[in-house]
Amino acid sequence: MDADLIVQILFAAIKTGTPLLFIALGEVICEKSGILNLGQEGMMLMGAVVGFLAAYSTGNAGFGVLGAIAMGSVMSLIFAVLVLQLGANQVATGLALTIFGTGLSAFIGSGVVGQTIQGFQPIAIPYLSDIPYLGRILFNHDIIVYLSFVLTGVIAYVANKTRIGLVLKAVGENPHAANAIGIKVLRVRYLAIMFGGGMAGLAGAYMSLVYTPMWVENMTAGRGWIALALVVFASWRIGNIMLGAYLFGFASIMHLVLQGIGWSISPNLLAMLPYVATVVVMVIISADQFKEKLLAPRSLGKPFDPRQMA
Amino acid sequence: MSQTLEQHNLTARLELVELTKQYPGCLANDRISLSLKPGEIHALLGENGAGKSTLVKSIYGVVSPDTGDILWNGKQVEIKSPSTARDLGIGMVFQHFSLFETLTVCQNIELCLSKKQLSQIGHLGNKITELSKEYGLDVDPDRYVHSLSIGERQRVEIMRCLVQSVKLLILDEPTSVLTPQEVSGLFGVLRTLAKEGCSILFISHKLHEVTEICDQATILRGGKVVDTCAPSEETPASIAKMMVGDLAEQEAGYSKKQGTKTAFAINKLSLAAKQPFGTALKDICLDLKAGEILGIAGVAGNGQDELMAIISGEDSRNVKDSLTLETLSIGHLSAGDRRQLGIAYVPEERLGRGAVPDMSLTENTLLTHSKGFVKNGLVQWQSLKDYANRLIDQYKVKCHGEFSEAKSLSGGNLQKFIMGREIGQNPKVLICAHPTWGVDVGAALTIHQALLELRDQGAAILLVSEDIDELFLLADRMAAVCDGYLSPLVQTEQTSIDQIGQWMAGTFINSTTETVA
Amino acid sequence: MIRIQARTEPSTFMSFASPLLAITFTLIFGFVLFTTLGKDPLQAMHLLLIAPLSDSYNIGEMFVKMGPLLLCAVGLSLCYRANMWNIGAEGQLLAGALGGSAVALYFIDSDSFIALPLTLLAGIISGMAWAALPTFLKLRFNSNLILTTIMFNYIALYLLIWAVNGPLRDPDGFGFPESAIFSDNTLLPTLLDSGRIHLGVLFAIICALIAWFILSKTHLGFQIRVFGADEPAARYAGFKGKNISWFVMLFAGALAGLAGVGEVTGPIGQLVPNVSPGYGYSAIIVAYLARLHPLGAIVAAVFLAVLYMGGDLAQIEMGIPIAVIGMFQGVLLFFLLACDFFIRNRLTFTHQNAA
Repeated sequence: MDADLIVQILFAAIKTGTPLLFIALGEVICEKSGILNLGQEGMMLMGAVVGFLAAYSTGNAGFGVLGAIAMGSVMSLIFAVLVLQLGANQVATGLALTIFGTGLSAFIGSGVVGQTIQGFQPIAIPYLSDIPYLGRILFNHDIIVYLSFVLTGVIAYVANKTRIGLVLKAVGENPHAANAIGIKVLRVRYLAIMFGGGMAGLAGAYMSLVYTPMWVENMTAGRGWIALALVVFASWRIGNIMLGAYLFGFASIMHLVLQGIGWSISPNLLAMLPYVATVVVMVIISADQFKEKLLAPRSLGKPFDPRQMA
Repeated sequence: MSQTLEQHNLTARLELVELTKQYPGCLANDRISLSLKPGEIHALLGENGAGKSTLVKSIYGVVSPDTGDILWNGKQVEIKSPSTARDLGIGMVFQHFSLFETLTVCQNIELCLSKKQLSQIGHLGNKITELSKEYGLDVDPDRYVHSLSIGERQRVEIMRCLVQSVKLLILDEPTSVLTPQEVSGLFGVLRTLAKEGCSILFISHKLHEVTEICDQATILRGGKVVDTCAPSEETPASIAKMMVGDLAEQEAGYSKKQGTKTAFAINKLSLAAKQPFGTALKDICLDLKAGEILGIAGVAGNGQDELMAIISGEDSRNVKDSLTLETLSIGHLSAGDRRQLGIAYVPEERLGRGAVPDMSLTENTLLTHSKGFVKNGLVQWQSLKDYANRLIDQYKVKCHGEFSEAKSLSGGNLQKFIMGREIGQNPKVLICAHPTWGVDVGAALTIHQALLELRDQGAAILLVSEDIDELFLLADRMAAVCDGYLSPLVQTEQTSIDQIGQWMAGTFINSTTETVA
Repeated sequence: MIRIQARTEPSTFMSFASPLLAITFTLIFGFVLFTTLGKDPLQAMHLLLIAPLSDSYNIGEMFVKMGPLLLCAVGLSLCYRANMWNIGAEGQLLAGALGGSAVALYFIDSDSFIALPLTLLAGIISGMAWAALPTFLKLRFNSNLILTTIMFNYIALYLLIWAVNGPLRDPDGFGFPESAIFSDNTLLPTLLDSGRIHLGVLFAIICALIAWFILSKTHLGFQIRVFGADEPAARYAGFKGKNISWFVMLFAGALAGLAGVGEVTGPIGQLVPNVSPGYGYSAIIVAYLARLHPLGAIVAAVFLAVLYMGGDLAQIEMGIPIAVIGMFQGVLLFFLLACDFFIRNRLTFTHQNAA
């Protein structure tokens, strides 16, 4: 295996990991506020189809991205109302969101299956892209990938260094205590959920506008679920999420690597790799129950109703 | 609201006028009026469920009252949220602390402050250290809250109010989680605050504390103000009468018994904490005799939960040779198997652990009592219903019938039911945690008598409680836990509240480790 | 003025009315949707709900779809009752189809009477094995059951696609990714002279009855319910959580496996890549709609089967994409969750008063 191939593989790992990075960043903020949203897959698919439709009809991929983000937020708002306002079970509501999004996206996208559009083109960043090896791996991407770099930094800063992050952590650990000291728990959670939705929409747009610039039913192929595992893998830390996303991206393009070494395995078996990798990773990280309990937001998945404070 | 107000010389700091709060099925506060002067320490007294918590939450803006007025320094105010309350100068220390364990002391305090307050304070950490010295609170701003003891956490809560230059401090049952020594420390801080003009609203049901520290008292019963008094002119007994009405049947001391042979023993049990922020058990030795009640005192979170979980088998880790039931080693058995051998357990949380909230009393009987009611794997629902009805009669459980859901019962009635269910299995050993916590006086009496009767039938009872008075009333022998260590066991008649209090604070730990070493 | 008030006791009436209300709202939603899309809403509704029940052939087809839905939903009901969030019915169904097909193809030239029982058994065992993996990982390594079962759905799907492209492909099939057509000896007998209603449908109804019996009459069923309703109480009572988790998961796996093998030995008659149009996921909706009650699941499965049938008809006659069915299922679950709010709360109408 030569250096050129390694550079190509690492470049592809980043590209493949980017949608995972977006959803996982959204989900980690949502989970830090104590809400488990299993609807990632549905929101992402809706983002993908709406993003594609918007770009297809306007001819502008930028509108596609905005449309996808808006769509993801709207989808998550349904979830938020059910879970926060009506006290519905988070697991069931998240599943419903995924089933709904899968069906609706296939429904509204049925007219444009197989159409192609002009997606985002790679932009080589001057000077930086000339760094040997590293330049080609990191600084020869499209604008959305650069956006993911920036967003990761911003989110890490906000979550760890600002009062917003402190409030988020407090709400996720103990919503009753947060309510008692006057933090608007539901408002924080609404915003966190909708942020997660927007990010899932953005991830979807990346799939249908950049990664494979077209719309196919179910094109996200379980990435929404893998991202949920990624959050646990990263122990709810932003930096780890970025690393994890690229590792998963790497697992998804493993077949390239194996072909590079000269192995020949059925592509259908290789297609299982990301899912098998997810299971393996989850087994390894969850085995230490003590640690997971320590790191997970304490109120994750538990309902909170401010009216029931007797 | 345009109102002409006359400024009196001594305007009340806080005045409540006919405050009313209705919850579904329960009138929590019924036209409550109360007035509090600057520098006054005012007690709010009443049994559990009398409406004290709802009232203070209304003052602090957590609960919004349905009708009634709140006057602050003579002006009518509407306290919509805790931040409004804090802006006025009202601070509150909650019964179950509102601290975040994964944050530092400093971050916890920061969350309560507005941006404006923060900029006024400047460096928050320095301010905390400064106030800490001034009031003798001993709070380190950089420590994580999960590493603090209960007493330290309470001081953080008080600090949280102090940094906002509080003018009214509300404390909800502040002493129930403290050792007697910590209580006197707290009272020192409160007296200093009052001298500086801060008003204090002090919720309690411990009467001797109220007579010791409070200037005024308001007594609530069933959501209404039933009396007011100056505690210094009253005795604990006379206040008790106001609290519970004429029903009060003061329990006299019960006769103490000597146990016979050892029914259950723990031998040198050390065990790491299973939960984060849990307590590790350290070198616990204990022998529980048939026909005695052994009382375990201690501040919550010092290893009681862990100890009971490992005895009952809920903590399923194998501690084979450390636990013996009569002559049998049981440390490797499951919770179900131990129950079959005769260990019954009345847990601390009645609803959600001792009973399934959404299930009927019949189903909740089957929860632990399956002997004779399951044949070939099939449940004999009819005979189970009859038995549940008998339990309800025998222990005077107030409910609609065996079909009532556990959550529809009051705390006291559910506790009587659980007690009856566990006793009905004729246990050799009964572990009983906080049996009368939050229970009305009548139910407490029934529960105490049931325990004594079971003891007199020869069962061994391990009674874990935070209520020292109750332990002295019921226990034949006593010990205390602190930080996962168990103190020596003594005859109740040969010890004093003071000694047990010192043990709760851990004074025995060095001496025992020395003897081991 | 309308106010929301918490009920002191949950409403039994609402817990039955809620699914019906949810269905009503979903239909209204569909009506509006079709109108805005410019499709005749009455015709669409007729095709979706009435046409599938209009003649004996359609009714038969509806029952054929109900079978696997019911089998999966009954198993899931038990899992969810025990708080085991098994989303893996789809994968367990595919595993059952795959395992059963392997045995059926082994018996393709045999006329042994044990061929069909062995095929069914292989399907059941494959389903159980596919459920056992995530169960083991959860109990031994504490991994999240929702995520592992979903991952195993994808893995099962690719395994099946690999099999029909590889070892189980029909050598005389011109390279199509399909197995050979099974011999009659390994096909489930049909129950009626005409139509495709087969023994599997009967199995499904029997399984629902068995599950109901377990839940309501046995001590094991009681323990399952306690585990789901209040896990600390179950641990306090000393119930063996691992055994209960194993039981519900293997039971669900067996039923889903039976559903899978029932499809390949029933209406399909060979192994194809698209054995299931998402029955395993729809079964989640069935289970919820039935309030996790195995007998209620029969009714709910019929409803979803009608919807599936109707989706086919609407696609053929009106060109409405079949994906609309998936969307309706999601909407239905949303409305159900929303209506359930009123089991514990109610609206009170008060006269205008400025409080």
